[in-house]
Amino acid sequence: MAGTLAPSRTGRVVLMVLAFAFLALFIVAPLVAVFVEALSKGIATYGAALVEPDALSAIKLTLLVAAISVPLNVLFGLAASWAITKFDFPAKNLLITLIDLPFSVSPVVAGLIYVLLFGAQGWLGPWLEAHNVQIIFAVPGIVLATTFITFPFVARELIPLMEEQGRDDEEAAISLGASGWQAFRKVTLPNVRWALLYGVLLCNARAMGEFGAVSVVSGHIRGKTNTMPLHVEILYNEYNFAAAFAVASLLALLALATLALKSILEWRYGVHGKGHP
Amino acid sequence: MARIINKAAGTEVPRRRVVAGLLATAAGVAMLAGCTSKSDAGNQAGAATIQLLNVSYDPTRELYKDINTAFAKQWQAQHGQSVTIDMSHGGSGKQSRAVIDGLGADVVTLALAYDIDAIAQKTKLLDPNWQSRLPDNSAPYTSTIVFLVRKGNPKGIHDWGDLVKPGVQVITPNPKTSGGARWNFLAAWAYGKKVGGSDAAAQKYVSRLFAQVPVLDSGARGATTTFTERGIGDVLLAWENEAFLAQNELGKGKFDIVVPSISILAEPPVAVIDGNAAKHGTNAVATAYLKFLYTPQAQELIARHYYRPRDPQVAAKYGNLFPRLDLVTIKDFGGWQAAQARYFADGGVFDQIEAGIHH
Repeated sequence: MAGTLAPSRTGRVVLMVLAFAFLALFIVAPLVAVFVEALSKGIATYGAALVEPDALSAIKLTLLVAAISVPLNVLFGLAASWAITKFDFPAKNLLITLIDLPFSVSPVVAGLIYVLLFGAQGWLGPWLEAHNVQIIFAVPGIVLATTFITFPFVARELIPLMEEQGRDDEEAAISLGASGWQAFRKVTLPNVRWALLYGVLLCNARAMGEFGAVSVVSGHIRGKTNTMPLHVEILYNEYNFAAAFAVASLLALLALATLALKSILEWRYGVHGKGHP
Repeated sequence: MARIINKAAGTEVPRRRVVAGLLATAAGVAMLAGCTSKSDAGNQAGAATIQLLNVSYDPTRELYKDINTAFAKQWQAQHGQSVTIDMSHGGSGKQSRAVIDGLGADVVTLALAYDIDAIAQKTKLLDPNWQSRLPDNSAPYTSTIVFLVRKGNPKGIHDWGDLVKPGVQVITPNPKTSGGARWNFLAAWAYGKKVGGSDAAAQKYVSRLFAQVPVLDSGARGATTTFTERGIGDVLLAWENEAFLAQNELGKGKFDIVVPSISILAEPPVAVIDGNAAKHGTNAVATAYLKFLYTPQAQELIARHYYRPRDPQVAAKYGNLFPRLDLVTIKDFGGWQAAQARYFADGGVFDQIEAGIHH
């Protein structure tokens, strides 16, 4: 049975060694390099790079942007995937396609879209100018661009699971007298909670790490509109490599924490049979 | 039966849900916009702390760090008001575009006049005659384009002609986005024209030169990093100030500067963006900030950061630092408007050269 399809013992060992060597070369080594470079001038320099005012402001802005865009996308993702999987309505496929749009659009284009809309020469520019509202090259622009980029993460995580779970549970709840809201809260939400958390994590990781779209709308004002990834670039361009890698290592740590949480969730996910309690 | 309920719910609940989500998004954005507009709209004229935004080109980071400290000290002493100057750096063309798109610069300090002209043309934020408002064509310092090579000059690069020898890799940023790169391009053109005697010969030389360029970074700083840190290329076409910085502060003993037989006089200009400054109430301090650049104190800082000072006394003091060489000026190219249209506009000479290389 195993003879024809599964590779031989040596074959398996070779494949595993290859896979690990590849991982070590392309993923582990660069990650280690970030930390080695970050600590190359000692722990004191490392610490100083992180508490320096411009770095602190970049960290704060990154957290603020994530704190706004992630909840918005959770709300949107839940609403969209609930609507798509539990109900039939016209133009459903259009909605699914639209949700995927940010995945297929280059982040730079995503940024430029907002410049075209809200920039001083853009469609809404003169109106915004007249009302003294600054969107591009200020925090709202960065939040908008990040929200756009991270739009699909939660919905994309939820839709396949909810589709697989079908509508039976909700239909049962409703036929027993539950209201739509009760069915959602007591049946749908608990069924998808692990997938939802997983989606939130991915969404958050991307929100904090996004570079391209944010770079276009940021204006790169030090201490004002620089997020962590932009600050890393600035420091790198100022030949301040230890500091650049110190901030980069924070982002890397975030990625590692996300990975760890994701593994834990996947384990729970698996144990609970794809989210069913 | 369940199906019917479902259909009914389908028309109401989810739609409400989606609408609620959209409303929340809109509310969030509006809230944020509100916050910013409040903090930005304030006229700062009488405030105890005043903020300026200087949108500058790539290699001036270190210079303006020092200038800003010195100016803030002086302003505080004279007016009892503390002033903080925010900086934004990037390729000169890119920065100009950002100001046109609404980046609220009180002053711009860019790599070449064309990029400020573009702001004057595309917006009504400053007078088209901005360049005559400050001395020396509004350029408080000059610079030129030189070569940075690896220690000991292993490829034997002494002048422009050596750059197109087989096997020499040349690093320069992209003239489409970088001011420094446009000066590089024109300096190379000047050499090609001097040696070949015609524009056709110049174009041939510059085409050969760009065929030896492996990467086109978007700004001068990116190109320097490519050359010094990533170790790509044999020669970097660089701002003189950037070359000195690399030689003296980045990799001491790792690079040599080569001064070519001919180069271009670069005049990086400065201007108050009147429209923005008026909105922020920063006209007086913005003007004082730019005038400060012409004082002996600032000229001294300028020279120490390897830019060529305008002040004759400071220039004499640092005379040994800056070699004399044959310099063409932008006037030899008919001014920036003409040069931009001919060489760097879409479909212009640079685009033709690039198309020729890639086919």
